[in-house]
Amino acid sequence: MYPIVRKEILSASVKLFDLKAPLVAAKAKAGQFFILRSDEKGERIPLTIADFDREQGTITAIFQEIGAGTRLLGQLEAGDAVLDVVGPLGVPSEIERFDGPVVVVGGGVGIAPIYPIARALKEAGNRVVSIIGARNKELLFWEEKMAAVSDELIVCTDDGSYGRKGFVTDALKDFYEANKDLQRVWAIGPMPMMRAIANTTRPMGVHTIVSMNPLMMDGTGMCGACRVLVGGETKFACVDGPEFDGHLVDFDLALKRLTIYRDEEKRALAALEHHHEGGRCGCH
Amino acid sequence: MSLKEKIRQEMPCQDPQVRRANFDEVALGYTEEQAVKEAARCIQCKKPKCREGCPVEVLIPDFIKAVAERDFAGAAVKLKEKNALPAICGRVCPQESQCEEKCILGIKSEPVAIGRLERFVADWEMAQGASATEAAPAKGAKVAVIGAGPAGLTCAAELAKLGYAVTVFEALHTAGGVLMYGIPEFRLPKAIVDKEIANLRQLGVELQFNVVIGPSMTVEELMNEQGYAAVFLGTGAGLPNFMGIPGENLCGVFSANEFLTRTNLMKGFRFPEYGTPVKLGRKVAVLGAGNVAMDAARTAVRLGAEEVTIVYRRSDKEMPARAEEIEHAREEGVQFKLLTNPVEIIGDENGWVKAMKCLRYELGEPDASGRRKPVAIPGSEFVMDMDTVIVAIGTGPNPLATKSTAGLELNRRGNIVADEEGRTSIPGVFAGGDIVTGAATVILAMGAGKKAAQAIDAYITAKAAEAAN
Ligand SMILES: Cc1cc2nc3c(=O)[nH]c(=O)nc-3n(C[C@H](O)[C@H](O)[C@H](O)COP(=O)(O)OP(=O)(O)OC[C@H]3O[C@@H](n4cnc5c(N)ncnc54)[C@H](O)[C@@H]3O)c2cc1C
Ligand SMILES: Cc1cc2nc3c(=O)[nH]c(=O)nc-3n(C[C@H](O)[C@H](O)[C@H](O)COP(=O)(O)OP(=O)(O)OC[C@H]3O[C@@H](n4cnc5c(N)ncnc54)[C@H](O)[C@@H]3O)c2cc1C
Ligand code: SF4
Ligand code: SF4
Ligand code: FES
Repeated sequence: MYPIVRKEILSASVKLFDLKAPLVAAKAKAGQFFILRSDEKGERIPLTIADFDREQGTITAIFQEIGAGTRLLGQLEAGDAVLDVVGPLGVPSEIERFDGPVVVVGGGVGIAPIYPIARALKEAGNRVVSIIGARNKELLFWEEKMAAVSDELIVCTDDGSYGRKGFVTDALKDFYEANKDLQRVWAIGPMPMMRAIANTTRPMGVHTIVSMNPLMMDGTGMCGACRVLVGGETKFACVDGPEFDGHLVDFDLALKRLTIYRDEEKRALAALEHHHEGGRCGCH
Repeated sequence: MSLKEKIRQEMPCQDPQVRRANFDEVALGYTEEQAVKEAARCIQCKKPKCREGCPVEVLIPDFIKAVAERDFAGAAVKLKEKNALPAICGRVCPQESQCEEKCILGIKSEPVAIGRLERFVADWEMAQGASATEAAPAKGAKVAVIGAGPAGLTCAAELAKLGYAVTVFEALHTAGGVLMYGIPEFRLPKAIVDKEIANLRQLGVELQFNVVIGPSMTVEELMNEQGYAAVFLGTGAGLPNFMGIPGENLCGVFSANEFLTRTNLMKGFRFPEYGTPVKLGRKVAVLGAGNVAMDAARTAVRLGAEEVTIVYRRSDKEMPARAEEIEHAREEGVQFKLLTNPVEIIGDENGWVKAMKCLRYELGEPDASGRRKPVAIPGSEFVMDMDTVIVAIGTGPNPLATKSTAGLELNRRGNIVADEEGRTSIPGVFAGGDIVTGAATVILAMGAGKKAAQAIDAYITAKAAEAAN
């Protein structure tokens, strides 16, 4: 069992857990993820390692409640435990020292996974400019943490309820206009956002890395559920990624592949909500 | 001896119409009467050919003799001398190309049903309750076994019996490897695998789940920092192959590994009670004709698909699956489209599979494997309507442990290079099973695990002697 040592509610549907998982904490690097299973009947849910404390042996996960799996997870409290935690998985981000500014972009829950990358880039001596965005102020989190590892932090909200009004792509474009020596961009967030960022940087010719979040199961390269098409080649996100060249990823296909189990997911959610169909509500 | 039965005892099975709708075991096992009768067919050859066909040289005539004499406990002892997991092998070995292929009775009539007898004895013994196996006095050395598939489990058991402190590190949340996530319940009940694992624990073997050797911990760390005197790599096959044809990433195209793991390991057939869904359309094509393909096809039938078709580019003689599984699949209504191979998977506007374009084949000259090579018939293209395609055309080696172990020699395909005893290019690091041979069989993986255990013992003993001098 892997205890939840701390829980924080970041917004109505976004929760944070610090999990005791010494093996994962000891090895975690920016860009990697882990897989957890809350209980015997649960799905294997991949989540990014948003932070880690090697001494305490803990890792931090921030997750959005989307379907039945993450909803059930969100019901757990500090002091509870999850059944399985395995990791770190995936290839770590390539962190090097660049001769010019680098930009990291985090959209929505994507702020969590972009944080360790920003920190690693900063520690490597880079000039790090961070752009974080959300639909509204309520959905923003970790502004201070991001500020602490950035030379400059630009905050955007779609509705202008906080920071700059507009999309992260606009902020990135403006930054590039003033800083043509931009070296590299990392973007993590919902797939449409990553695609928009990639489309923005393509004409600039700035190498852009995105972190793909396809459906996964084992996370060890065994099942092929996580395949993504990159530059016309099939890659397994769990072992070849999750980071890929954003200009080469086939986002259309990736978005379609996320819908494979949509009907089933609806069924699971309905079962959870209406306590029927033998849903895992604990009442049967 | 003239009263010997010519025909072997038939295996009692669940009715095909009933079993199409459940995941319970298909073959029910011999009764005592049947087992004794079948055992009496064996003529106790002085030079038993059957043993030559068995990769671990089970003492076949000896255990069968005991069965004929109704000494089932004695039969179990004989059987287990060479085979640690007979309940599993009796069920999944490709007997018709191993022990039974060589049985002398097969020349004139039917071979002795060695596999069925093996299963009978193992099941009988399990029903009596576990017999405590004694471990040898502790040797004071630790060995790490990576991967809890048949190779790793067998290696661990052997080492524990020799007195080593053994820890098994497994990436998944449960032990068994393919026995657990690949081979379905209706062919190998998971309770049997669980029992074997319980036996292992009784021997004092420690199992650590959720540890991926490579990313979570390296082989080097195990040996240099954690004091393991030797490491056995039994990480098996992973990385499913795809065909490299257009459309294979469409929604509705799954690897057999994904489909079977969702169903078996994650219990997707009980969704939504269990959280992991399995997706299945009405018309399912399974590409390939090995055990994996049969398992996928028969699982699809059980999950309610209306039409399930095996698509294979050779003819039925070349199908690599166990004969019994092919027969069972046919009985359950699986269709076979042989000498056929897809060239493209066609999608609809939403990115879902809707059809498969195929070519017909004919058999040409024998190829390197001795099988007649299928040759495409020009102009034979046709389209099959389909909404699900399950790809079961083999797997490559699991790369995580091998990639992270510097100095470990791999072959072109990425399999570990190891000698007969499992020694790799790194002293103290041994390997066996699918990670060495490529996708093979349970019994070969077990045989490799056992041999490696003996080599590990020899290695550690020699090293200790060296240190003492
Ligand atoms: C490498 C990796 C890292 C991830 N890191 C994080 C993270 O740090 N925080 C976080 O909140 N989420 C993260 N995700 C996504 C997270 O795993 C999914 O949201 C979760 O598995 C959904 O499970 P569910 O049962 O709640 O929803 P489901 O019922 O399975 O799905 C509900 C809806 O969510 C969509 N969906 C399903 N899986 C994913 C997915 N993997 N990504 C995006 N949408 C999905 C489906 O299309 C569906 O419409 C990550 C995914 C991957 C592969
Ligand atoms: C669907 C299917 C049906 C089959 N049917 C038959 C049959 O009827 N008869 C037959 O003889 N054979 C059959 N086989 C083949 C047989 O199952 C395999 O040959 C056998 O399981 C190989 O054993 P193994 O121990 O080498 O590997 P596996 O069984 O693959 O086990 C390897 C284990 O190592 C773990 N692992 C991998 N990497 C790591 C890592 N880095 N760290 C920690 N753990 C790791 C894996 O999670 C897995 O549990 C079938 C295979 C499949 C897939
Ligand atoms: S282990 Fe397999 S090959 Fe050997 S005797 Fe038993 S069934 Fe036959
Ligand atoms: S070859 Fe056949 S008949 Fe001869 S000992 Fe073996 S099983 Fe018996
Ligand atoms: S999640 Fe199974 S191969 Fe990547």
